[in-house]
Amino acid sequence: MGDIGGARMIEVGTILPTKIFYLDRGLLKAYADASGDHNPIHQSEEFARSVGLPNVIAHGMLTMALVGKFITDWAGGSANVKEFSARFIKPVIVPAGEKVDLTVTATVIEIDGAQIKLDCVATSAGVKVLGMAKAVVTQ
Amino acid sequence: MINPDSVGRTFDSADLITVTQSDIDAFAGLIGETDTRVAPPTFSIRITLSQFESVLTKPEIGVDWARLVHGDQKFEIYRPVIAGDIFKCSATIETLRSVAGNEIISVRSDLHNGSELVVSSWATLVVRG
Repeated sequence: MGDIGGARMIEVGTILPTKIFYLDRGLLKAYADASGDHNPIHQSEEFARSVGLPNVIAHGMLTMALVGKFITDWAGGSANVKEFSARFIKPVIVPAGEKVDLTVTATVIEIDGAQIKLDCVATSAGVKVLGMAKAVVTQ
Repeated sequence: MINPDSVGRTFDSADLITVTQSDIDAFAGLIGETDTRVAPPTFSIRITLSQFESVLTKPEIGVDWARLVHGDQKFEIYRPVIAGDIFKCSATIETLRSVAGNEIISVRSDLHNGSELVVSSWATLVVRG
């Protein structure tokens, strides 16, 4: 057991409070600029449909960055995140003019000394978008 | 078809990549992170993905970047990335396999500042057939 950020007791099975992020086309454009990933499937509806996607989709790495923010907040800062992995199982679909949710929670699955392993769940519009999303953080 | 001889090869970035505070601030701002003393955990992807792109699209390897989908991603962060880090990025093609007409590439990236390994990351990239 351990505690992070005060007197909260953390044990295997502890469920972290859910946080909801919102994504829109503006965020996708900003992420493209900040990350250098200008793949048009994240910008152009016409291009996205031409390659068989239902609409513009978010960068998987933007989704992962937001889940990373959720983990970072809980862990007490970016410096405490040691490992982070995820599988991109479904796209986050971002129609023009809409804000879509990314709803994130996590469960403590292992505690090893100062290291805490989290299993994260991320959904958008009720669909699970990341698989095997795990992080190791320290106190 | 990706050249199978590329498996096991490591490619170092041609230039060293300097992390600036404004790079960290821009990335952090997107996700609502206000503490920018260190970079957010996935920040290094901006260095790593561009190195993967420049390596995998070399004519002798032959990946069509436009047909590529990111399958999964893992980071091991040995210490946080900070402004002033000067990285050499080494990309290694670990495995290559063909599944249902798609080519699946596993790549690893190591970011060294001098002799210090700061972040290792692994990506599975799927080239749709």
